[in-house]
Amino acid sequence: MSTKAQRQVWGETLSELSELDERILVLDGDLATSTRADIIAESHPEKFIQVGIAEQNIVGMAFGLSTLGYRPWLSSFGVFFTNRALDQVRMLVSQTKAPVRIAAAYSGLLNGSSGKTHQDIEDFAIMRAMPNMTVIAPADATEARAAIKWVADYDGPVYIRFARDAVQDVFDEDYVFAPHKPVVLRHGTDLTVVSTGVQTSRVAQALDSLEQEGITAKHIHVPMLKPLDDQELLQELRSAPLIVTVEEHSVLGGLGGLVCELTAGSEEPARVTRLGLADHWSESAPNEFLLDKYGLSPAKVAEHIKATLKSRK
Amino acid sequence: MNTKTEVLTDLEMSSIIQEARWRVIDTVAASKAGHIGGPMSAMDVLVSLYFKHMRIDPNNPRNPERDRFILSKGHCAIGLYTVLALRGYFPVEELATFDHGNSRLQGHPDMLLTPGVDASTGSLGQGLSSGAGMALGAKKLGKDFHTWVMLGDGELGEGMVWETVLSAPRFGLDNLTAIVDVNGLQQYGWPAGPRDRFDRSEPVGHVDLEAVFTGFGWNTISINGHDLKEISDALTFAQSFRGVSGKPTAIISNTTKGFGVSFTSGTYKWHNGIATEEQLRTAREELGQKMESVK
Repeated sequence: MSTKAQRQVWGETLSELSELDERILVLDGDLATSTRADIIAESHPEKFIQVGIAEQNIVGMAFGLSTLGYRPWLSSFGVFFTNRALDQVRMLVSQTKAPVRIAAAYSGLLNGSSGKTHQDIEDFAIMRAMPNMTVIAPADATEARAAIKWVADYDGPVYIRFARDAVQDVFDEDYVFAPHKPVVLRHGTDLTVVSTGVQTSRVAQALDSLEQEGITAKHIHVPMLKPLDDQELLQELRSAPLIVTVEEHSVLGGLGGLVCELTAGSEEPARVTRLGLADHWSESAPNEFLLDKYGLSPAKVAEHIKATLKSRK
Repeated sequence: MNTKTEVLTDLEMSSIIQEARWRVIDTVAASKAGHIGGPMSAMDVLVSLYFKHMRIDPNNPRNPERDRFILSKGHCAIGLYTVLALRGYFPVEELATFDHGNSRLQGHPDMLLTPGVDASTGSLGQGLSSGAGMALGAKKLGKDFHTWVMLGDGELGEGMVWETVLSAPRFGLDNLTAIVDVNGLQQYGWPAGPRDRFDRSEPVGHVDLEAVFTGFGWNTISINGHDLKEISDALTFAQSFRGVSGKPTAIISNTTKGFGVSFTSGTYKWHNGIATEEQLRTAREELGQKMESVK
């Protein structure tokens, strides 16, 4: 298990970058101790702006600040930006191409038992539909750190997921973040699995166990859902006997939707099954319970893959 | 910046305002789309800002030291475009492209397209927050410019406005001024009661706005938004507080929707509308449009 959660990495990396980057500001919606924006509030108080419990105002003020050369990062639970402040993100960030960074803390399903009001299982679908938006979901602490550093120098709107809890490492310290590119994590012949975000870590564990049983899969991680090098992903998906997408997100409009959109338009349509939240809300429960119930734990992912392969034969 | 027009007399200002109102109604008629009532009510303040009070540089619309203006009630875009054109940001003839395909003059202000537009607006309630961000940025960077935001009285129904009204005093934004154009009507609203001024109920007729803004920690002043002296005094008042009061300023500008032309004045029915040829003749006459240009 990695020692650090992505939210911790976010606070630390921004704090580190703030030493040299005068453009960085963090606007908080009074969740700093959860999102770990408190790290930068302590280390660089002049960079930290407590806006208060007012997410729409956070987006508006961040836009205004961005017109003066700042590149503000927004600190709250992702769900409040993608939903409550969506109209503000749409008009003031996406439509103006403002370099505002939406740091979506407590992303996906696992948010400390807060339940469906706080679980952001539709953010990919919403943010993918926003022209000009860059959408990133890092797999682990290492990729989160690398992505944050890339974003710091990117002049445009960004939505980036940060998971609340640590996951098993996917990448080592030599990993280089390549924007727009799918990342092939392993090769195999029985099927191709595509995943994003910290779900990639759980998929890697599932594929480890399947290998023990003689099932080999190609594993593609998509850290940047948009803009994405579509041709490269299609190339990697070519000749796949079966494609399984896995995401800590609704099966509607996220990574699974993306892969289906791509393959449906290709010369080689493939069979795709999508793992994620079916079209329903979730609930309050410990992480392991949720992952198990909603089919996202390593064991459940492996089970699904085996069942799908069997049904094809 | 902006030294050329500081000496305009009230008579000259009035002449510009009349021409601007005429161009609003004429342009909207020609484009067959656009709003009338809101731009007409706001025009005295808009012209006072751009021709007298704001520190601006039409030849360099992105001058970092310029004052910022945000038309939060973005549907009144044609009013802003008219003033920007008359002030020299782009040719007056370009107004004829308003709402046409491939135009720089969109139905709602687009900062990526139109010279002089400091913030995109259109979805109501967001401009004051954008302005607060600019004002906070100015404070942090030590820049001495003023940020002006115009809102509508109907727009005050948007909850986001109040997020910013609550938070702006905390940041000591005495370089931020909200001007609420209280023209007494929105698109449709509610049936008029006995105390209402016009043919529908006033959106905030039941609210003591001065007390509300004061209560939230703002400097507040109420004016007749069609009286050039009162406007000028209020804008000067707001400017004089920059760097001094530690509080943002709200100007409650009491106006009449559709002001300046008899048939558009004080009626919700001219929130938007296309004037007929006959109405255009009436408007031209009432606005004294032989049009002696003041430049």
